[in-house]
Amino acid sequence: MELLNNLALGFETALTLQNLAYCLAGVIIGTLIGVLPGLGPVATLAMLLPFTYSLPPVSALIMLSGIYYGAQYGGSTTAILVNLPGESSSVVTCLDGYQMARRGRAGAALGIAAIGSFIAGSFATLLIAAFALPLVEVAFKFGPAEYFSLMVLGLIGAVVLASGSLIKAIAMIVLGLLLGLVGTDVNSGVARFAFDIPELTDGIGFVGVAMGVFAFCEIVTNVEKHEHREVFTDKVKNLMPTLKDLKDAAPAIARGTLLGSLLGILPGGGALLAAFASYSMEKKIAGAKADPPFGQGNIRGVAGPESANNSGAQTSFIPMLTLGIPPNAVMALMIGAMTIHNIQPGPQVMSSNPALFWGLIASMWVGNLMLVVLNLPMIGIWVQLLKVPYKWLYPAILVFCCIGAYSLNNNPFDVYVTAIFGAIGYVFYKLGCEPAPLILGFILGPMMEENLRRAMLLSRGDPTVFFTRPLSLTLLLMAVALVVVVALPAIKSKREEAFQEVD
Amino acid sequence: MRIGNQKDFWSGLMFLVLGLGFVGFAQNYEMGTAQRMGPAYFPTALGGLLAILGLVIAIQGLAQKTGPDGDIERFHFGPLVIVLGAVALFGLLLRPAGLVAALLALIGVSAYASHEFRLREIVPLAVFLVALVLAVFVWGLGLVIPLWPAFMVQ
Repeated sequence: MELLNNLALGFETALTLQNLAYCLAGVIIGTLIGVLPGLGPVATLAMLLPFTYSLPPVSALIMLSGIYYGAQYGGSTTAILVNLPGESSSVVTCLDGYQMARRGRAGAALGIAAIGSFIAGSFATLLIAAFALPLVEVAFKFGPAEYFSLMVLGLIGAVVLASGSLIKAIAMIVLGLLLGLVGTDVNSGVARFAFDIPELTDGIGFVGVAMGVFAFCEIVTNVEKHEHREVFTDKVKNLMPTLKDLKDAAPAIARGTLLGSLLGILPGGGALLAAFASYSMEKKIAGAKADPPFGQGNIRGVAGPESANNSGAQTSFIPMLTLGIPPNAVMALMIGAMTIHNIQPGPQVMSSNPALFWGLIASMWVGNLMLVVLNLPMIGIWVQLLKVPYKWLYPAILVFCCIGAYSLNNNPFDVYVTAIFGAIGYVFYKLGCEPAPLILGFILGPMMEENLRRAMLLSRGDPTVFFTRPLSLTLLLMAVALVVVVALPAIKSKREEAFQEVD
Repeated sequence: MRIGNQKDFWSGLMFLVLGLGFVGFAQNYEMGTAQRMGPAYFPTALGGLLAILGLVIAIQGLAQKTGPDGDIERFHFGPLVIVLGAVALFGLLLRPAGLVAALLALIGVSAYASHEFRLREIVPLAVFLVALVLAVFVWGLGLVIPLWPAFMVQ
């Protein structure tokens, strides 16, 4: 019953006229930018974050989550129509979605993606509501030692499930942690690594880092490529899938939803892993009898992964909301947004800000409903957007980023920080270092130091505290187990194979 | 000797240098004890860890034989310098010259980075974007940004 009361409070918050408007604005803006090729959800969020500062915290977070799933859905539209994934988790959608579009069934593919996403989103929202209370209760038993170990597990988990070199990803986390420490140390008041630059005593702004390494780096690498796109914009008719389509897709949607919800809770690239796992599962289940074969426009190859990546994206809010630990780069930005609004992320959010907590959860369902209702009739407009050439687009993106960066503190310094991190991000890109772990580390750096200090103070300088407290030991052992398992030769080659297939 | 995986080798070296750099600069601050950590404690530990990771990555990169996959793609300094230079120019111009001039500089310079640059397309784009920004951010959201050059306002 408590759950119902909580949800009632949530809907009360989410359904105020003001919050509905912000949710709608977020969903529309998110979809709009998500549709435009070459800007993923992380870059989109980083770009738009500064403009939500003046809103009340609940509205800001509702709008940001709206932007997030809007961008995710917009990315799928681009994947289906242009074969250009806006982000890694829609790579899989390209496989069969684009083939459907080439056979003149773009409408059905888009429709089933919207329906699947809505079902998955609704289920995941319920799951979040149900899981939140018990998890928060566990979290309250955590002392600083447990928190430190949990962060270690979260960070390790986030990289073992992501693609690319494991050790480089760990190095990027450590670098992110170090960059997060720049600025005034709360305990001693010493300005660390500030080099007498007054702006740096407040630390490096995370929006600048995220905009630089994601948005600017994407722009520079896109501009230097000469690419050719084939857009199926004229053939989008008949958005409603046929009854046969729905019947074919239904089991895939159900399986994708469950799989995605499960994988989304785990730290790591929730949505990407979920989409990929769902695709290979659907392919296995259908076997050789699949008609048309997978990779040639099978509707289950769109329905499964689309449901999975949406439910995965949604359930990745669980660790962020209940524990204050971001499982991926998007959630790291959400935590950053909370801190800017003076909300200390962690289990206490639920008790200190119940309206915000439950309002955000309820708004997810509202937002998902808006996505379906909006996208089915408005798809034609999104499709027109795809015709905007990139050479006009990127100056516009730069304009929004620059104004956003400036308006953080009304200081051009943040604009320079963003430019510098753009250059750093470009070097990372060329050296094959993924930027997402850097952002996770960057957000967690100060929190990790704080908990380490407290734990060591309580234990009187005895580092064994992390191993003698059972909960902390369990968390650390899980982290070690993850690294060992992924480093095993047999699994290592499987993992590489898995990610290669997606590439 | 040929470096097996150039990406790994150079990124390892980068991590090594950055790690040592953080350790070095951290020594300006107080170390403290394990029980009462000073501001230098955590950065020193992390910097050391980063340096070790970097060393391992670099050695692996030297030894591995990944072939062309490990080669570093060519750096295109042109787009990089033009795009980021345009951003820096925006920052420099914003206060002395005002938002409109800074935006025009940003759009004009950054658009030049594209290999399909056409002046007659960029002028309407710039006019459109400036109008949009003024409408949405300045009059709509009420951002406090100087619009015109300082000398014109006085």
